[in-house]
Amino acid sequence: MNDAVVCQVSLEQSYLLTEAILLPVVAALVMLFINKERQSVIKWFALIVTIANAGIVVPLFTCFDKSSAHMQFVARYDWIKAWQISYYVGVDGISVLFVLLSAIVAILCVTVSWTSVKDKVKEFYIAILLIEGAMIGVFSALDMFLFYMFWEAMLIPMYLLIGIWGGPNRLYAAVKFFLYTLTGSVLMLLGVITIYLTTGTFDMVRLMSTQLPLNMQMVLFWAFFAAFAVKVPMFPVHTWLPDAHTEAPTAGSVILAAILIKMGAYGFLRFSLPMFPDASQSMATVMIALSVIAIIYGGIICLSQKDLKRLIAYSSVSHMGFVTLGIFSLNMQGMEGGILQMINHGVITGALFLCVGMVYERSHTRQISDYGGLADVMPVFAAFFMVFTFASIGLPATNGFVGEFLIIVGGFTANKTAGILSATGVIIGAVYMLWLYQKVFYTGVNEKIAGLSDVNLREVITLVPLLILVFWIGVYPSAFTGFMDASVTALLVKLKGGDMHALLTHTLK
Amino acid sequence: MLILQQLRPLMPELALSMLGLVLLLVEAFVKRKDIVAALAFLGAFAAIFSLKFVSFGPSFNGMFISDGYSIFFKLIFFVNLILSILMSVRYLKTEESFHGEYYCLLVFSTIGMMVMASAGNLITLFLGLELMALSTYVLAGFLRHDGNSTEAAVKYFLTGGFSTALLLYGIALVYGATGSMDLRQIAVYMSEHDINGNPMAVIALVLMASAFAFKIAAVPFHMWAPDVYEGAPTPVTSFMSIGPKAAGFAVLGRVFLYAFCTLHVQWETIFIVLSVLTMSVGSVMALVQTNIKRMLAYSSIAHAGYVLVGLIAGAPEGISASMNYLLIYTFMNIGAFSVILLLNTKEFKALQISDLSGLGRAHPLVGVAMLICMFSLTGIPPMAGFIGKFYVFMAAVRSGYLWLTIVAVMFSVVSAFFYLRIVMYMYMKEPQRPQMVLVPSNALSVSLAVSVVFVLLIGVMPERFLEFAKAAVEKILLNQ
Repeated sequence: MNDAVVCQVSLEQSYLLTEAILLPVVAALVMLFINKERQSVIKWFALIVTIANAGIVVPLFTCFDKSSAHMQFVARYDWIKAWQISYYVGVDGISVLFVLLSAIVAILCVTVSWTSVKDKVKEFYIAILLIEGAMIGVFSALDMFLFYMFWEAMLIPMYLLIGIWGGPNRLYAAVKFFLYTLTGSVLMLLGVITIYLTTGTFDMVRLMSTQLPLNMQMVLFWAFFAAFAVKVPMFPVHTWLPDAHTEAPTAGSVILAAILIKMGAYGFLRFSLPMFPDASQSMATVMIALSVIAIIYGGIICLSQKDLKRLIAYSSVSHMGFVTLGIFSLNMQGMEGGILQMINHGVITGALFLCVGMVYERSHTRQISDYGGLADVMPVFAAFFMVFTFASIGLPATNGFVGEFLIIVGGFTANKTAGILSATGVIIGAVYMLWLYQKVFYTGVNEKIAGLSDVNLREVITLVPLLILVFWIGVYPSAFTGFMDASVTALLVKLKGGDMHALLTHTLK
Repeated sequence: MLILQQLRPLMPELALSMLGLVLLLVEAFVKRKDIVAALAFLGAFAAIFSLKFVSFGPSFNGMFISDGYSIFFKLIFFVNLILSILMSVRYLKTEESFHGEYYCLLVFSTIGMMVMASAGNLITLFLGLELMALSTYVLAGFLRHDGNSTEAAVKYFLTGGFSTALLLYGIALVYGATGSMDLRQIAVYMSEHDINGNPMAVIALVLMASAFAFKIAAVPFHMWAPDVYEGAPTPVTSFMSIGPKAAGFAVLGRVFLYAFCTLHVQWETIFIVLSVLTMSVGSVMALVQTNIKRMLAYSSIAHAGYVLVGLIAGAPEGISASMNYLLIYTFMNIGAFSVILLLNTKEFKALQISDLSGLGRAHPLVGVAMLICMFSLTGIPPMAGFIGKFYVFMAAVRSGYLWLTIVAVMFSVVSAFFYLRIVMYMYMKEPQRPQMVLVPSNALSVSLAVSVVFVLLIGVMPERFLEFAKAAVEKILLNQ
């Protein structure tokens, strides 16, 4: 009964997403007025806000109508009438999980930074809160202008996060990150303007059912590709990622890995496929080729890394290659696998970065050669790390398996060569992850890390939610793929035309 | 009565002229110069309301035009004047160059700009331009004991005189070609007679374009700008980087878009070249500057390039985009200069970018304000700079100048680098001096706060400002 009452809210104008966007932003403004010396107040305040925000978005999980491909929890207000821009938010099966993931990741970023951030504490948590608002905004915006605002606005706190609290080479990494993403974004901005001038609207839902001429679709596809490919990052434009991930503070790496790079792939799903369907289909082969290159190239580079964080960063290139492969295989399995793998990668790589951050806080070194025998020193930590390593490799019963399996099936259906090549990527993944695990956790105890304390309760609490997600998605994926079915089917119908029923019977169930 | 009728369109100019004269008098008798500053501020603030009572229409046989277009620019000039007065109070004290004439010159220079924006005749235009320019020459050299300031004034005067000569020559040729100095009659003559092949008209066009390019510091007529901006007293630099530039654009719009609209093909090519050069040279040269005023000078040059893009896109959308951009630029630029002025004390002049090191830690609020201005200048939402660029780019794409827009967005990425560098110094470098001194000043804080509030306000709720710019262009006279 209670559920029904709560869920009815989602039918009309819903304030839920607006609250989730505004709460962290307003809280960040409030935090400006807290005395910077009172660090524990600031930390608890940030923690409470992020938890409250997660509480706000819970109905997205419980009340979401999985049978509908329409936008839900919609809110719409006129904003800039001169350009027909409205404040328009809502979620469908493709975006809903990302909003949830953003809310969870924000909490973990606060807890993991509890003791590791000692400098400019107030500014740090303000940045985290602003990022949270922008992340949720990106995934729920349904107006192109609004989307672009959040998309770009997120760069500011992210730049500060990397540049202020990052590692030794942080200035270089922060500027590189900013300029790469800005270059892509401004090209997308031109695309956005072109679409508006052609169709007269910024309304993404309306645009998804608008047919643009083919040559214009092609140009727009590449304009948006510039923005999304940099964020994903796809093969030729991935070089900002290792620097940014490596130099960012732990919370920054987690946000980058778990959410920010997902925005690129999300952009393909939200803009490229539905708005430029013909261009997407004709470019699918190119995209698949770039994806396969990223999978294998990213994997091989991982083999020669000496730095823990850098290795995990490059593994992101490889894993995001799987995601784009799944998306551009343009079939049910591939796309659902792609979306699921985005969530998985967010969980797994987020967790791995959290783990690296925890051990770095103790040892102050990220060199793999400085480690060894950590399983003896920090047994609980080693157990956590092992689970996430296996999930990253894609061992059955972990979430990585489900995602990669679906993607490889989808990729195989779309293009046999791509399927085969991407499967070798899984093997390379196993090689570097196991090799990493062996070097760090087994062999003799390296004296540099002898005597480190094991993870404490706060850190365990930080890792446990992700651990639960690893197994939850791994064992019972339909709880999550169920969200996507209707939306992905609708998207495929839009792409390929044809019968919705025939597509549904093809799904893996 | 008839005279009064004719004077109503001139209300803002009259109000300011009166203020200027009163200030001259008061300055002669009052010892405490703070009073002059306060009077200047209050007077200018009161004069803003004269904009409300202005009647539209031509007066003095079309010599002077009052319309929505000129009102919009006059608002920019008022904002610039008032905030510049606020910025100057402390600076003049620390530089020990406190003379009341300073404020008179600011006021008279502003009157000149207003006359330019309202010029319906090339002679009125020239008068306004000279009034503005002469006052600014003196302002640039206001620190008599400072060699740099004097050098700036001389440079500005010489190049300015050169551009004035070009302008006069252009005006003479226009008169020769069309037989009139009245903008409306020039337009009528040009539309009735085929003037395309007339070399006199084309040369006149080139000469006038060059003269105005000097005023807006468009490349390759920008050489004076970095030196003058660097040498001039900092509040004057801020004043000069907005006022004369906006006035230059006001006449560019009126003369080229309306009076010379039949020669569109010819001047369009000139402006496209100017715009691309201005954006590229401005952005690239700013990358290598270490002096913060020089950097802002080049940045100001680059921004003129974006405004030109809007102008090229043409009426009505492009020109209102340009005007909107200028209004936004006024706020973000004054914000940035206010921060620099806050750091300016007797013992220490913040001149190098590295002098900003650690500002974010030492003075969080000032740091955040500068951060907002820098990201706004880069054009990152939700700051106003983004709205400005968005409008200009949209107008340009709509008019079919896609390639020009691509060039513009690419240089705005380049420009991100040097704005980010300032943020980097403020937040990511340790201060070079142990204690960062920052003497608070109420007037400066107000100018900073007003700028930052408007930068955020226009960024998040641009509706009213956009409507204002749009309405301003719709109510332009001379429209055929």
